[in-house]
Parts: sequence; structure tokens; C-alpha cells
Amino acid sequence: MAILGGLPPSVLAFVYLVAGVLFIQGLRDMTHPRTAPRGNLISAGGMALAVGVTVLVTDILSPVLLFAGLLVGAAIGVWLAVTVETTEMPQLVGLFNGFGGGASALVAGAELIDMFGTGSFQTGVTATAALAGIIGSVTFWGSLVAAGKLHGVVNDSAVRYDGEQAVKALFLAVALLAGLHLVARPNLLGAVPLAGWVPSYWVLVAAASILGVLLVVPIGGADMPVVIALLNSYSGLAAATTGFVLDNSVLIIAGTLVGASGLILTVIMCESMNRSLANVFFGGLGEADGDDGEEMADIYEGNITTTSSEEVEMILDVADRVVIVPGYGMAVAQAQHAVAELAELLEGEGVDVEFGIHPVAGRMPGHMNVLLAEADVPYDKLRDLEEINPTFSQTDVVIVIGANDVVNPSANTADSGPIAGMPVLNVGEARTVIVNKRSLSPGFSGVPNPLFAQDNTNMLFGDGKETMQELVNLYKENH
Amino acid sequence: MTFVQNLTFFVLAAFVGYEIITKIPTNLHTPLMSGANAISGITLIGSVVVAGSGSTTLATGLGFLAVVMATVNVVGGYLVTNSMLDQFRSGDDRRRERGGGD
Repeated sequence: MAILGGLPPSVLAFVYLVAGVLFIQGLRDMTHPRTAPRGNLISAGGMALAVGVTVLVTDILSPVLLFAGLLVGAAIGVWLAVTVETTEMPQLVGLFNGFGGGASALVAGAELIDMFGTGSFQTGVTATAALAGIIGSVTFWGSLVAAGKLHGVVNDSAVRYDGEQAVKALFLAVALLAGLHLVARPNLLGAVPLAGWVPSYWVLVAAASILGVLLVVPIGGADMPVVIALLNSYSGLAAATTGFVLDNSVLIIAGTLVGASGLILTVIMCESMNRSLANVFFGGLGEADGDDGEEMADIYEGNITTTSSEEVEMILDVADRVVIVPGYGMAVAQAQHAVAELAELLEGEGVDVEFGIHPVAGRMPGHMNVLLAEADVPYDKLRDLEEINPTFSQTDVVIVIGANDVVNPSANTADSGPIAGMPVLNVGEARTVIVNKRSLSPGFSGVPNPLFAQDNTNMLFGDGKETMQELVNLYKENH
Repeated sequence: MTFVQNLTFFVLAAFVGYEIITKIPTNLHTPLMSGANAISGITLIGSVVVAGSGSTTLATGLGFLAVVMATVNVVGGYLVTNSMLDQFRSGDDRRRERGGGD
């Protein structure tokens, strides 16, 4: 049964081209917050068009099953999207990512099985199917582990062990060998039972799945922006390679766009940490040298000034310009609404308030921006690193909330170490720096932060949300 | 279509993607990622083809599973992107909204 089965292939190809153009236009509209919602709709329209025409044209043997699949998937998707909290967004994006990659791997497998039925494998198809299988499986399992880490159900510290790289190399080799076997001799196992399943493909999928888990397990929570961006890129590449398998232009175009997008974000995230991609995946960050504890005591000893909300309120009272620098700690404490309220109160008193956002603050690219947007902070108040850094010397008060490594001045001066050379927010140039943290514990890098010991820095210890709420209340009382 | 034709699409799309995406501001990186993510659910087309026309039960079953996963990706991805983008406001927008309420 195919409703438009008589449609010439060129018409189908043309509709796919239109869908491709809609995806590109949708992304173009993403270049500004004002046009971005429209871009998302255009992109969704392209998707509806491409899927709709495919359903109508394809000779569907089991329409009930197909529509059941679409309904079940849509229901799960709606439910997840509607029930998600903004703070859970990173893991949800990771999860969706994985589903796309997993679907690509399954499609390639199903296509191979169908081909086995017809008895003819083409080399081009088996090769791209092997690629789609590897990338898709790595994406699926890698994303599940990443989402698990972000959701707190998988240990989110960097799990390193001896011979780690060798184990990963082994599973990659198994996956590649299975892929080679698939390409070279797809029918070799024709005589064995279950040959119709194309066993070498599933060996490949199994090895790549384990590889996906092994790749992400050793990566710590603070490196998740890189991992999520890279897996995003992979899910696109998986779709593009599936497009090669099925000879489908729109799959290739759309998949490649996503692949490019994820890759660019990955590069931006790596540059923002002054680390290579290889270092994020294979390097051991945060391996303490042993003398860190001592070093920390030396730096902090007698140099830490603590302050109270009352004092901070008085400092803010005479400030003309305040910059707020949020970090992952703000997300954990869910302090964004209190922070936004404080910013609004200050603005109401004529204070110039801006937010300084480091590219890798949080657990995914742009994490802080989404949290603050949810708390109704206008996006034109949010400044990125290059914009905000020159302004610190004219700033009266900087409030650092739940950030550590991204404001560590030793990144500018240290010759070696995990954060040496990383671009940081130079908050120490402001007249007064207020740091809200729960304790002096180091950030993800494990490096002590000399900022905390600076003369113009005051430590405001406490939970982010409670402390900010206290500040808001005090400020309200006095104005 | 030949492999080279497919490769042509791939290379040209990579360049277009690079040009556009480098222009997207940091502010919008999360919606970009989840929106792009939804686009990667285009693999749903492949799922539809194999689920609908699979000649064996196994291929059809795998296709069904792929359809479910890809649809979650597409529907969920576009919805969260949309709700995220709805929250982005400029200072002017906010003043206008507040002003309208008074």
C-alpha cells in the first residue's frame, strides 16, 4: 500500500530538496534570539514535509505497525519535553541525541538484513552501513552514560584505570574488524544458523556499544559540554552515513548540517578550556600531584576574608556597576531566580547590572544562558568572555556565584597544569569581588584559586539559593 | 544515485553548515544544539522506509524500534527547543510585557 506510490522519483527528490532548504533556513534564523523561534518552526516544517512524503510514497507493508511506532515515539517525546525542568535540560538533550544515533544504527542493520534476503550486497552500502553502525552505537551508549552522569545516576567523576586506552583500542579494533568482514565477505557465514541476521554487523554494534560506554565513563562532569557537543555531532554523522546507505539526499544534507554544528560547538568548548579534544577524551585531568593540599593551605592561609549578607548589601548599596558571574554551582543550587531578582532590584535602583558568562560554565554549551532566560533575565544583559573582560576594571562589584575554575587568575600566569592558558574571566580587576561558594574546595580542575585570597575578594560562604534570597530580602528592606 | 553524488551533497552541506553555525551567538548554543539534535532525527525517514517495507519480521521489528526512537528524538527535540526559545527575551521585550500588564 502506497498512497502516492505512483509518484516519480524526481518529485520525491524535489520534496527532499525543499526540506533540506527549510532545515538550512531554520538554522539561519537561529543566528538571532528574535528570529530563532521562527527558525525552529521552519525546521520542524521541513521535518514534517520530509517524513510525510516518505510515509505517503513508500510501499508500506505494515502501516499499522508504522503508525503505532510514530504514535508511541511522539507520545514519549511530548511527555519528556513537557515534564522536563530547565535544570534537567542537559541530560534530556543528551538522551534525545542518543535516540537519534541508536535509530541510525538500527536502520542500517535492518537494511542489511533486507539486502541479505535479496542476496546481493553492494560494497558501498556495506561500508557505509558499518560506519553508521559504529557511529550510531557509540552515540547511543555514550549519550546514555553522559545523560546518566548529568542526572546523577552514574558516577560523574573521572573514572580512570590502568590500561584504559588499550581496552578502548581493543573494542575499536573488534568493531573495525567486524566492519571489514562485513564489507569483504558479507555472505561468508551464509551457511550458519542466523546468517540472515548478518551477524558480523551485530558483532560490530556490540563492540561499538561497549566502546561508547568506555569512552564517556572516564570523563568528568565538568567536561560534559564537550562530550554532549561531540555526541551531537556524531548523531548527525550517523544520520548522514545512513543517508549513504539508503541513497537518500535529505538524510545526508540534514545529517551533515548537524554534524557540522556539533563539531563547531565541540571546537568552541575545547578552545574555551585551552585543551585539545584528545586531552578531554584521553587525558587525565584533575590528577593531583600530591602537593596540592599543601599548596592550597599556603595560598589560603591567613588571606581569606569572609563576609556576610549584611556587608554585601552595604557594598552593593554604593555600587554603580555590578557584574554577576554564574557557574555550575548556580545551576546545582537552582539559584537563578534569586539571582535574577537581585539583578532586577539593583537595576531598579539605577545600578548597571550585567552577567559575565564563560563558554564552558555549566554542563552543556550555553547552559547558563538558558537558565537565566528561564529566570526572565533579558539576553542583552548576558555578555560573553571577550565582551565582559575589558569592563571589569570599571566595575565596582563582581558577584561570583558557584563558579571557580573559570575565574581562576592562575590560568593566565601558570606555565603548566590543567587550566594553564585557559581563557578566564578576569574578575579580580574589579574593585570588589564577592564569591558565593559553599566552601573553599577546589573546582573540577583540582587547582587552588588565588582569587579567593586576593585583598579585594570577600568570601560569602553558603548555599547559592539561600544566600541570594537573603541578599534580595535585605536589599528590599533597605530600599 | 552514485556514491560521488552523495559525497557532493555531504561536502556542500558541510560548508553551508560551517558558514551558518559559526554565526550563531553563544546565547543560543543550547537551543542550537537541541534544535540540531531534532534535525538529526531525520533518520526517521530511514526508519520509516525499513519499518514499512522490511521483507523479514526481524527487519520490520528493528525498523519499528528505530521509528520509536527517531520520533522521540524529533518530537521531543523540537518541543524542548521551542519552549527554551520562548523564554529568551530582550530588555525591550520585557519592559513591553510588564508595561502591558500595568
